[in-house]
Amino acid sequence: MLGKLSWDAIPFDQPIPLIAAAVVMAILLGILGWIIAKGWAPYLWKEWITSVDHKHIGIMYVLLGLVMLLRGFIDAIMMRSQQALAFHAQGYLPPEHYDQIFSAHGTIMILFGAMPLVIGIMNFVVPLQLGSRDVAFPTLNSVSFWLTATGALLVNVSLVVGEFSRVGWLPYPPLSELRYSPGVGVDYYLWSVQISGIGTLLTGINFVTTILKIRAPGMTYLRMPMFCWTALASCLLIIAAFPVLTASLAMLTLDRYLGFHFFTNEAGGNAMMFVNLIWAWGHPEVYILVLPAFGIYSEVISTFSGKPLFGYRSMVAATLFICIVSFCVWLHHFFTMGAGGDVNAVFGIATSIIAVGTGVKMYNWLFTMYGGRIRFAAPMLWSIGFMTTFITGGMTGVLLAVPPADFLLHNSLFLVAHFHHVIVGGVIFAVMAALVYWWPKAFGFRLHEGWGKAAFWFALAGFYVTFVPLYVVGILGMTRRLQHYDVSQWRPWILVSGFGVLILIGGAICQAIQLVVSISRRAELRDFTGDPWDGRTLEWATPSPPPAFNFPVLPQVQGAEAYWDVKRRAREAHLLGKEPEYEAIEMPRNSPTGFVCAFFATLIGFALIWHIWWLMIVGLIGAYVTFVVFAWRDVPEYIIPADEVARIERANRAVRQEALASAAAT
Amino acid sequence: MTTDVERHGPELEEDDKGGASDERNARLATYVVGLGLAVLLTAASFWVARTHLIYDPGIPVALATLAVAQMGIHLVFFLHLTTAPDNTNNILALAFGLLIVGLVVFGSVWIMAHLNHNLMPMQQLIQMQR
Amino acid sequence: MSIADTAVPFADPYRLGTRAPNLARGHGGGGPATKRVIVGYGFWLFLLSDIVVFSCLFAAYAVLADATAGGPRARDIFEPNRVALETACLLASSFFCGLATIAVARRDQILTQAALAITGLFGLAFLLLEASEFAALHAHGDGPTRSAFLTGFFTLVGCHGLHVTAGLLWLGTMMAQFFAKGFRPDIGRRFLCFSMFWHFLDIIWVAIFSLVYLVGTRL
Repeated sequence: MLGKLSWDAIPFDQPIPLIAAAVVMAILLGILGWIIAKGWAPYLWKEWITSVDHKHIGIMYVLLGLVMLLRGFIDAIMMRSQQALAFHAQGYLPPEHYDQIFSAHGTIMILFGAMPLVIGIMNFVVPLQLGSRDVAFPTLNSVSFWLTATGALLVNVSLVVGEFSRVGWLPYPPLSELRYSPGVGVDYYLWSVQISGIGTLLTGINFVTTILKIRAPGMTYLRMPMFCWTALASCLLIIAAFPVLTASLAMLTLDRYLGFHFFTNEAGGNAMMFVNLIWAWGHPEVYILVLPAFGIYSEVISTFSGKPLFGYRSMVAATLFICIVSFCVWLHHFFTMGAGGDVNAVFGIATSIIAVGTGVKMYNWLFTMYGGRIRFAAPMLWSIGFMTTFITGGMTGVLLAVPPADFLLHNSLFLVAHFHHVIVGGVIFAVMAALVYWWPKAFGFRLHEGWGKAAFWFALAGFYVTFVPLYVVGILGMTRRLQHYDVSQWRPWILVSGFGVLILIGGAICQAIQLVVSISRRAELRDFTGDPWDGRTLEWATPSPPPAFNFPVLPQVQGAEAYWDVKRRAREAHLLGKEPEYEAIEMPRNSPTGFVCAFFATLIGFALIWHIWWLMIVGLIGAYVTFVVFAWRDVPEYIIPADEVARIERANRAVRQEALASAAAT
Repeated sequence: MTTDVERHGPELEEDDKGGASDERNARLATYVVGLGLAVLLTAASFWVARTHLIYDPGIPVALATLAVAQMGIHLVFFLHLTTAPDNTNNILALAFGLLIVGLVVFGSVWIMAHLNHNLMPMQQLIQMQR
Repeated sequence: MSIADTAVPFADPYRLGTRAPNLARGHGGGGPATKRVIVGYGFWLFLLSDIVVFSCLFAAYAVLADATAGGPRARDIFEPNRVALETACLLASSFFCGLATIAVARRDQILTQAALAITGLFGLAFLLLEASEFAALHAHGDGPTRSAFLTGFFTLVGCHGLHVTAGLLWLGTMMAQFFAKGFRPDIGRRFLCFSMFWHFLDIIWVAIFSLVYLVGTRL
């Protein structure tokens, strides 16, 4: 009846996951109870859960990403503290639990932390920057989000029901095959990543279509803001790479469920084919994350330097160059697997070449800052911190791209330090910059400046103290994923690294305080004009937070920096442009399709993990019925009357006219 | 879409109420010609696979060529992929997709062939362990 | 701030060359495309991603094709006649799908339903042929668990078959929608996607019968 599921699946003998899960459940139930008690449940359902508004979906993505980032960070704290204690000792985490933690840490940080954060920011910003009213397929967007949430939910369920994968963040066979990993851990990994991967693929399709097909009139390709270009490149990579992930995980799934022989030791299977395919996804994945991050830095640096982005066209070229070349380097993840010198040389050279694109970008950012009036607000600090961190992290990457060097450093903590250097320094810093930068646009008030800066300095210092020692122990020969060790030379460095984590915890606490302080003082931090940073792109032309339709009249873009030009002219004339005629606007109606789909996807995923076949069939039928019900609806849109549009936009014009007048007065 | 967009041109109304440009492309003659060419190429493929008139190692190449030609026929006659300006994005996307397919397929085959090349054959390995 | 009205045309320092900007809708500076173009393009991108899935399965098949583990080789099990019949079914199905497109453009309910029904029947015939091949192999002990070669073969061909099955389900739903709702624009867009999907499956099949079956019989 329940497949492999029984009471044994719940780890009553392990207090750590049980207590953690109990606390999380208590918090979730508490929040849910609070929402119901306050009578906010209908609001939550109408405005968020069933919303197809790209801004709301973006915010939900970021929220999901932040929660999972916290979960991954807790895993990281456990790993660092375990290694700090486990010198000539067993530490406090038994090996089977430690293995689950490092597997979960990698999986969560990349797929359920960084990805939702980056996609969430794209969701919120891209349509606003393009001068569009929504994405190309609004309901599909909601489906994407909820499928990602399903994956995250399954990963967290594995904490209590059963176990998570113990085979690393990429399930290399033959270890991940049924014979060597008979438990449900790998199955949890496979289905949660598979389901969220489908969501990500749909997002990629949605955003490429949005960027190529529904820009505002006059927004030619070379007038698009840099963030839109990087989002386009990133989404193209999603379309190209995520199917590879889907296919390779499907093959492993067939091996495990139906006894196929893709990657087994028996019957001619070839485990190295998995390594090859998964990295053909895995390497582009890195650029899927970091390209939008580059876009964020471009926006932030340009805005806070008060200058247009230097070398815009070379930046576009570099972005597209990286987009293509990122598909030609995947072998550098397995130089040591035994391909000959010629194969290794080709991929080693390609890997070094891809650094050129990033180098171009670095110079462009530097020259954007050069001669500018730089304002050192928190987003700018994160960006400058990124530039120094990413250059050093990138250079260790170029070092690893040399196959002979890689033979020495492969699978060592040097490698771990390298990719944390570029992913934390590249992606996470960008997300933090973006949070501060676009927060006022999303919520109508700024984040507290002091706590934001404190968070940055803690994070920067903590980051270096944590990861630079890992380079050293890597060179000293310490491999990754060690549950305990007995080499005394490593010990001091590991302790320093553990201390660095304490500083990082300080940074995380500052972030939390920043949120709490900002929300409680939102009245004094309010952003009245909708343009708190003196921005240059179209999102700053809307009020904060923007109305559902974003733009009352689609903007007619005349130049490269759509909003800056208009603003400059308005400032010279001390007057806004003529008021346009407002018309009624049709917007897509909310739909519970995404949420219901995710409900059935959760059923299907859980049923497959535990081999509960009837439940899987129920889920499949449910998903099909959901699609048909959605396809059958007659009224897909609702109309916002012209009066309402005019009322909202006139308020926006009034505050802007006031701001112009006060600027003229001073 | 938005009311504002509708002001920009009559196409939208036309487009959404039938008679869209790609539907007008759909003519019976196109499909008949497409079907004819596809049948011809398929027959050629099956003939090539059976014949002994062609140099043996050339046969996979011939079959691959015929397959690519037939895919082209399908794209043009059934999927109406043309060089018209409103098709630029479709063609570019297709080119990008084909580049990725080429990289993944040929890259994988190349890499895997070299891995096997540098590995001791399984038989020998098993004998060594005995 | 309103940015909709700007009287002075602004010099654009980033514009390439001196060519006037392309003002067609959905391109360059022409503003948003029509819904039909948007939907068609989005689905085109989905099909490309699906091609990448198939390319991985092709790559796996190519790598594992020689790993027969003492089991049958390609030429021992492939039957060119059955494949020719399957190909004919799919081609005919695709052709009738094209006829359905013409019928939809003419808003002809009876012709649409008839063409779609024949499309579906040919698709079903293809599926039955494929299923009987799989069943025969399985009964002979040459199922996908026999060797890595058969694993790759069953997965690649089976994945295409799964797509056809999903397509048939979609086709049935589509027919019901045309019947119940008529030729509404959104249903027309959905049918555009379906016809793209159906023709796309043909393209995949061309690669399968050429590179798997026909090449296989000669190796």
